[in-house]
Amino acid sequence: MLAYIIRRVFQSLVVLLVVGLVAFSMFRFVGDPIDNMLGQERTQADVERLRTQLGLDQPFPVQYYKFLEQAVQGNFGISYRQSRPVSEIIAERAPATLELAAVSGLFALGLGIGLGVFTAIRRDGIASNLIMSLSLVGVSLPTFLIGILLIYVFSVELDWLPSFGRGETVAVGGWTTGFLTPSGLKALILPAITLGLYQMTLIMRLVRSEMLEVLRQDYIRFARARGLREKSVNFRHALKNTLVPVITVTGLQLGAIIAFAIITETVFQWPGVGLLFINAIQFVDIPVMAAYLMLISVMFVGINLIVDLLYFAIDPRLRIDGRH
Amino acid sequence: MTTPVLSVRDLVVEIPTREGILRPVDNVSYDIAAGEILGVVGESGAGKSMTGNAVIGLLDRPARITSGEIHVNGARVDDLPISQLRKKRGKEIGMVFQDPLTSLNPLLPVGEQLAETISEHLDVSKPEARARAIRGLEEVGIPAAAERIDSFPHEFSGGMRQRVVIALALCAEPSLVIADEPTTALDVSVQAQITALLKRLCRERGMAVMLVTHDMGVIAETADRVAVMYAGRLAELGPVRDVVTEPHHPYTDGLMGSTPIASKGQARLRQIPGNMPRLTAMPNGCAFHPRCTYVQDKCRVDPTPRLGGADPRAACWYPLRGADVEQAS
Repeated sequence: MLAYIIRRVFQSLVVLLVVGLVAFSMFRFVGDPIDNMLGQERTQADVERLRTQLGLDQPFPVQYYKFLEQAVQGNFGISYRQSRPVSEIIAERAPATLELAAVSGLFALGLGIGLGVFTAIRRDGIASNLIMSLSLVGVSLPTFLIGILLIYVFSVELDWLPSFGRGETVAVGGWTTGFLTPSGLKALILPAITLGLYQMTLIMRLVRSEMLEVLRQDYIRFARARGLREKSVNFRHALKNTLVPVITVTGLQLGAIIAFAIITETVFQWPGVGLLFINAIQFVDIPVMAAYLMLISVMFVGINLIVDLLYFAIDPRLRIDGRH
Repeated sequence: MTTPVLSVRDLVVEIPTREGILRPVDNVSYDIAAGEILGVVGESGAGKSMTGNAVIGLLDRPARITSGEIHVNGARVDDLPISQLRKKRGKEIGMVFQDPLTSLNPLLPVGEQLAETISEHLDVSKPEARARAIRGLEEVGIPAAAERIDSFPHEFSGGMRQRVVIALALCAEPSLVIADEPTTALDVSVQAQITALLKRLCRERGMAVMLVTHDMGVIAETADRVAVMYAGRLAELGPVRDVVTEPHHPYTDGLMGSTPIASKGQARLRQIPGNMPRLTAMPNGCAFHPRCTYVQDKCRVDPTPRLGGADPRAACWYPLRGADVEQAS
């Protein structure tokens, strides 16, 4: 198993190197950074001086190596637009996105698994059919439309929940959290639902189809034939056997929630890294874009690694060298 | 006379389909006494497993019991609500499934599956349930049961897994065990061990065993009485020795002729011509008449007689006697 982990970590590193190359390439190929940094009033001497100063006269591999060296230390340079270190800007914005992602991830996972199990067990019930039909809506409506609809209903018409922003936040250490104030919690609800709805329906449909498959298995019949309670048959025996594929998809979706919070953050003007990224694109703020790209890929690679390790935790058949 | 452990009376199972109502089990009646093994034999689709599933209430929809009664230990079970029936499953009626590779939950250690079943039916503490689980594994002949209890199903061989399945079916001490093709998926060398195990447990515990199989050899070795099923109906029901040596129903005779039995010293195995009719296309008269070597006009018209009508043992208008069999073979 240790060998497996080492192999997976090694693979992850290769992936990160490739992503790093793409991120780094942006600096060179999306316009000349010198052009971006020096205004119209510049001399050839200024250009040369800055080029040497920034190390841009060195060969490509050397520059790439330096970029990686800095990136590993969390240093992604200085934002063109805000003239502050990118790492600082991101650290400031990350709590908003992570809190949003955590809440919508929990929402998607909890409700998705719950409804999936429910619709599988009560396969022919009216409620199940209704939920399944509604879930089609959840899958097919684009995120921004759901966000706008929710804002229209709950903010404009009913005036229950705020339509934008994070509400009041409290700083705990370097982390600003919206969990501790009523307005912060209220502000979380709509964006979290918007962001998690698609993943929720996806997880629900997956759990349902896996459950239906597992419920047909002999060991479920045998569990019933031994007189075990339906609750035990459904959750202890059936649900656990559906978890491997569910975890795979959930892991990827969790990455997607963080990475593609962009749309939701834009709709709700949520001050997270997604919104930061959108603004960075507008102003061709390449250091920010590169850092965002690296951050997201680290997250995906990390989640995938955790997912692979969870397989071992769930399925004893994979732990061949663990016992005996 | 003591009450039989299992008593099935005029059981009918029907499946409504677009082509009409099918009857995979048609007017089946039999008893099993404590300490007795009843072999239920027949070709695939004869209704053997369906009968067993009906007893434990695990018929797959849309199949359902439409008439008849099932009594276990004197209490009627076929009309019980599922919540009541569930309490009898495992505790009064145990079931052993065909394929040990698929009938154990791959993600739970076998000991947990055992202890969970024991705790469900018996009022015992957790350590006691575990101790009983170990004893259960020992009883079915798993070596070093105390160490193997935390193993997962995939860590056992096929034969050992079937022993675990039997331990699971028996762990809450049911008085009736339905063994549905318990040896079919196993190696031949392991089959004999498993049937011997079932036989020993039946004797030791005085359980009633319903042994469903298509293997006449297994029945001959294990069962006390045998019920031969054909197209959902009982063709013959009687003590194993009598049925094997002197079949009264032409179908049983055909089955015997096609089974190699060492003591008989047959030169060639016979085969029964044709196939069992599909449930959608049942012939008029006796269901077996299109394949029967002894068929007469009455068989083509009159429905199959009831067991014990023309013959005490066989559901046949013209049951075979010793002399006829000699002639035919």
